[in-house]
Amino acid sequence: MSDPIIRVVVAKPGMDGHDRGAKIIARAFRDAGMEVIYTGIFQTPEQIVSAVIQEDADVLGLSILSGAHVHYAQEISRLLREQGADDVLFVMGGTISKADRPRLNELGVAAVFGPGARTGDVVKFVRDWAAEHRAA
Amino acid sequence: MSGEPRPLHSRRDDPQALAAGVRRGDLRTIARLITFAERDEAAVAQVMPLLQPHTGRAHIVGITGAPGCGKSTLVDQVIAIARAATLRVGVVAVDPSSPFTRGAILADRLRMQRHSTDTGTFIRSLASRDELGGLSAATWDTVRILDAAGYDVILIETVGAGQLETDIVAGAHTVVVVAVPGLGDSIQAIKAGLMEIADIFVVNMADRPDAAQVVNDLRDMLRLNPDHPTWEIPILTTVATVGAGLPELWAAIERHRANLRESGAWAGRLKNQARAELLKSLDRQWHHHVQERVAASGSLARLAEEVASKRLDTHSAATLLWEELGWKQR
Amino acid sequence: METKVTSATGKDGRDTDAAVEAIAQAHEEWRRAVLQASLQRFSRRKPGFATLSGIPINDLYTPADLGHQDFARDIGFPGQYPYTRGVHATMYRSRLWTIRQVAGFGSAEDTNQRYKYLLAHGETGLSTDFDLPTLLGRDSDHLLAMAEVGKIGVAIDTLRDAHILWDGIPLGEVSTSMTITSPAFVLTAMYEATAAAQGVSADRVTGTAQADILKEYTAQNEYIYPPEPSVRLVVDLMEYCARRLPRFNPVSVSGYHIREAGATAAQELAFTLADGYTYAKAAVDRGLDVDALPPRISFFFDVHIDFFEEIAKLRAARRIWARMMREKLGARDPRSWMLRMHCQTAGVSLTAQQVENNIVRTTVEALAAVLGGTQSLHTNSMDEAFQIPSEKAIKIAVRTQQILAHETGAADVVDPLAGSYYVESLTNRIEEEAWSLMNEIERRGGMVACIEAGFIQKQIANSAADFQRAVEAGEQTIVGMNAYVEEESGELSDDLFFQVDPATTERQIARLRQVRAERRGADVSRALSELKQAAKNGRNIMPSVTDAVTAYATIGEICDVLREVFGEYKALSIF
Repeated sequence: MSDPIIRVVVAKPGMDGHDRGAKIIARAFRDAGMEVIYTGIFQTPEQIVSAVIQEDADVLGLSILSGAHVHYAQEISRLLREQGADDVLFVMGGTISKADRPRLNELGVAAVFGPGARTGDVVKFVRDWAAEHRAA
Repeated sequence: MSGEPRPLHSRRDDPQALAAGVRRGDLRTIARLITFAERDEAAVAQVMPLLQPHTGRAHIVGITGAPGCGKSTLVDQVIAIARAATLRVGVVAVDPSSPFTRGAILADRLRMQRHSTDTGTFIRSLASRDELGGLSAATWDTVRILDAAGYDVILIETVGAGQLETDIVAGAHTVVVVAVPGLGDSIQAIKAGLMEIADIFVVNMADRPDAAQVVNDLRDMLRLNPDHPTWEIPILTTVATVGAGLPELWAAIERHRANLRESGAWAGRLKNQARAELLKSLDRQWHHHVQERVAASGSLARLAEEVASKRLDTHSAATLLWEELGWKQR
Repeated sequence: METKVTSATGKDGRDTDAAVEAIAQAHEEWRRAVLQASLQRFSRRKPGFATLSGIPINDLYTPADLGHQDFARDIGFPGQYPYTRGVHATMYRSRLWTIRQVAGFGSAEDTNQRYKYLLAHGETGLSTDFDLPTLLGRDSDHLLAMAEVGKIGVAIDTLRDAHILWDGIPLGEVSTSMTITSPAFVLTAMYEATAAAQGVSADRVTGTAQADILKEYTAQNEYIYPPEPSVRLVVDLMEYCARRLPRFNPVSVSGYHIREAGATAAQELAFTLADGYTYAKAAVDRGLDVDALPPRISFFFDVHIDFFEEIAKLRAARRIWARMMREKLGARDPRSWMLRMHCQTAGVSLTAQQVENNIVRTTVEALAAVLGGTQSLHTNSMDEAFQIPSEKAIKIAVRTQQILAHETGAADVVDPLAGSYYVESLTNRIEEEAWSLMNEIERRGGMVACIEAGFIQKQIANSAADFQRAVEAGEQTIVGMNAYVEEESGELSDDLFFQVDPATTERQIARLRQVRAERRGADVSRALSELKQAAKNGRNIMPSVTDAVTAYATIGEICDVLREVFGEYKALSIF
C-alpha cells in the first residue's frame, strides 16, 4: 500500500481574520498530497482540539497574526494533553518574533514558521516528521 | 509533545478493544477506526463483524447537490434542529481529492464548527482519494461505525457531481437533493442522475429572484417521472444562511423516515445499499487481483513494446495478455 | 450599464498617425540594427521582465506605445478633470501631504501618549488602530476577546475610553482617522461625543472613519453582519455625516487590505473603486443628492515595492474615479470627481530578516506615493512586520517623510513623471485592466453578488498563491529572505524591543465593569431598544447610536442589538 495520506487541521484561533497565510499553507499542504481540514477563522481552542480529534489529524497548524500566540499555544497544548491527543505534530505560523519561540517550544509547539518562511520548508518539516513517526 | 511515535498501524490495536471503544462512544477510537477504514486496513475487517450487530438503528440521510448550493450550511442547520430534539448526530462530509496530487482541502467542516465541541455531534471529513480506493466502502464503514457508536441521525454530505458520489448517497434511507437558483446548470445536473434518487428536493437560497422558476422546473420534471407508490416527493424552499425553511425540511425528513418504517421500505433501502457495496467491493478486489497478476507476469512491458513498434495492435495485445494470465475469452 | 474601456486609443488626426508610425518604424530599425547586435554581446539578465503584478515590461517605451493618447482627455492639468496629475492645481508646492502615522495599542492612555509623541516629532494628522475585540464589536470581557485586548491596537469599550484616547487632541484641528470598519458607526458617534465634550461643534469636527465594509469580506475578515445590511449601515453613516458632520469623511474606501491579501495592482484598483461605487450608488438609490456624498468619500491605497507600477496605479485611480463619478453616476460637482487618497507603504513587503533593510523599502515606497500624488501618508516602521512599532522605529519612519518632503525636491513640482512613455503606458494599461475587471463585476450582478459568490475572494487567493510560488521559485527576489541571506540571532536590539503591558487586559476589563456599574441602566436599555426599532424599520440608526453611546452603552451591547436584527456573516471557504 502507498504511504498513508497525512491529515492536517489548519486553524485560526481568536479574532484575527488575516487568513492569507492560512490559505497559502492550506494550498501548499494540499498540493503536497495532504488532506487539509480547514476550520476557518474565529475558532476557540476547544473547537480546534475537537476538530483535531474527530478528524484524527496527524498535524495541527495554527496561523496567528494578532500577537496572542503564547496564550493560544498554552490553551491548545493543555487541551490536547487532557484529551490524549498530544501525539499530533503541533506547528505555528504568523507574525511571531524569535524572542517568543523558546517559550512556544516549551509549550509543545514543534516548530514556528515566522514571516518569510517558505511553504516548501513547512511541507518538508511535516513530511520528515511523518516519515519518522509513522515508520513503526 | 510530538516525541512519541503514533500507533498508526492496526496490528497494535486489538479488534475487541476497538469495538468496545466505539460502543462506549470514545471519540479518539471512533476517529482512529474511521482512519483505518479510509486506508482499507486489515483491522477494519476484524472490527466490523463485531460492530455489525449494533448497527441498523440510525436514520441515514444523504444530502447532495452541485458545488456552491449551500449543502454544508444546510447540514449545519439540520444538526442544530436534530440536537434540539436531543438526537445525537453524526456527519460524514465527502469532498473531492485532487486527481494529480491526491491532496484535498476539506472545508465543509468550517460551516459546522459551532457544533465541534458539542458532545452529541461527531463530524468527519473524508476525501474521495482515488476512485478505486474505496470511497464508497469507507463512507459506509464510517456510517456504520457512527451507527454502532449510538448516533441517531447520520448525515452524509457529498457533491452531486459524478456517478461515484451519487452512488454513495443513493444508499441512504432518505436522500435530499439540493438545487439553487442562479447556478444555471443545477437542473441539468439533477436531470443527469439525481432525479431518480431524490426523496426530498430542496431549493436553497430561495430569497434569490428566480427561485420560483427552479421550483416550477422541478415540479415539471417530477410530473414526467412515475410517482413513487407510497411517497410524494416534496419540493421545499430554504434560505439556509438564516435557517428559513429548515423546520419544514426536518419535518419532511422525519416524515420520510416514518413512511419508510410503515411501508417496510426501511430494510429494503439497506439491502440495496449492501448489494451495490458488495459488487463494488468485488470490483475493487478483482481490480487489485488483476493488477498484481499483470505485475507478476512481466508481460506488460514486452507487449507494450510490440504495440509501440507496430507489430501488434492494442486489442490483440490485450487478448494475448488475458490468455497468458490463464483466463478464457468472454 | 456596461462602461466602455476608455483608454488612450482615440483617433485625432492624420498628423499624429504619421508621426506615431514614423516612431514605430524607427524603433523597429533600432531593434534590428542596434539592439540585436548588442544582445549578441550582452544577453538579457532574464528571459522576461514583468512588474510585481505581472504586467510584461518591454526593453523601453516610446511615444508609439501611447498610441493616440489625447493629452487633454487623458493627462491634462492638475486640479482638473480627469485629475490624472493630482486633485490640486498646486499640489505639494502649496501644502505638503499630511504625515499620518497610524498608532494604537494597549489602553486608551497608552495610545494617547503615543499620539503626543508623534505630534511632538512633526506628525500632522493622527490615525488609530483598534484591537480585535473593538474591530469586531465585542467588549473586552467577551469569551474570544481575552487574549486580544490591546494587542494589535487600542481597546475601546465605551465613551469613557474614547475621552481618554483623544484627551488633549483638538478634534476640530488635528484630523484623526479611525481604522475601523464594521463598528465604524459606534466609533464615529464616540468621536462626535468626545468632540462635543471638548467644545467643538459638530460642523467643525474633522476626521475620517474607514467604514469600508466590502473589503472585509474579500480581504481582511473583520466583518460582523452580512453584506447587504452592512452596506446599509455605511449609507446610514454617510447620510448622517452629510447632515451633521460636514467636515468628517464617513468612509475611506480601502485597497490597502485587498493588496496585502495578495491582489495585484489592477485588482486592488478594480475592487476598491467598485466598492466605492457601490456605496455612492447605494446613497443615490436612497435618494441622496448625487453630489452630496461623493466629495466625502476618500480612498486608502497600498504602495508596494514596484516603484513605477505604484505611481501609475495612483494616477490611474484618479482618472478612473473621475470618469466613474461623472460619466457613470452622473455627478456634476467637480469635487465629486476628485479621488482624494491616503497611502500606506506595503506591510507585506517588509521582512523579519535584516530589519533595517525595511527602512530602505519604505523610503522607495513613500517616494512612489509622493510622486503618485497622495494627500496623506503612513510610512511603516522597520519592525512593523512582527510587532507594534517601537518609538525609535516610528521616529525614523516619520523622518523618512520629512526628508522626502524637504530635502529631495520630489515635492517641488507637480506630477513630474507625466509624459514618461513608460509611466503613461503603465497608467493606461492598469486603467484598462481595472475597467475590464469592473465590467466583469457588473456583469456578475455587482460587488455584493460577487462577494456572495466568492468571485473576488478566489481572484485574490489565486494572485497570492502565484506570488508565493514566484518567491519560493526564486523568480521574485527578496533581499535578506531568499537572497543575500545571513545567519541572524533573531534578537532585537534593546531600543527596538516593544511589548504591550501584560496588565492591560485586567485594567481594561476593570474599567469596563466600573462603567457598567456606574451608568444609568434605564437610559442604556431605552437607547438600545430604540436602536433595535430603527434597525428593523429601516430608519437611519445613527441618532439612536449616538444616544446609546452617550448613555455609556458598550460597543458589544450596541453591536449585539444589530446582530439580533441582521444576523452574523459566515465566510465562504475559498482557496
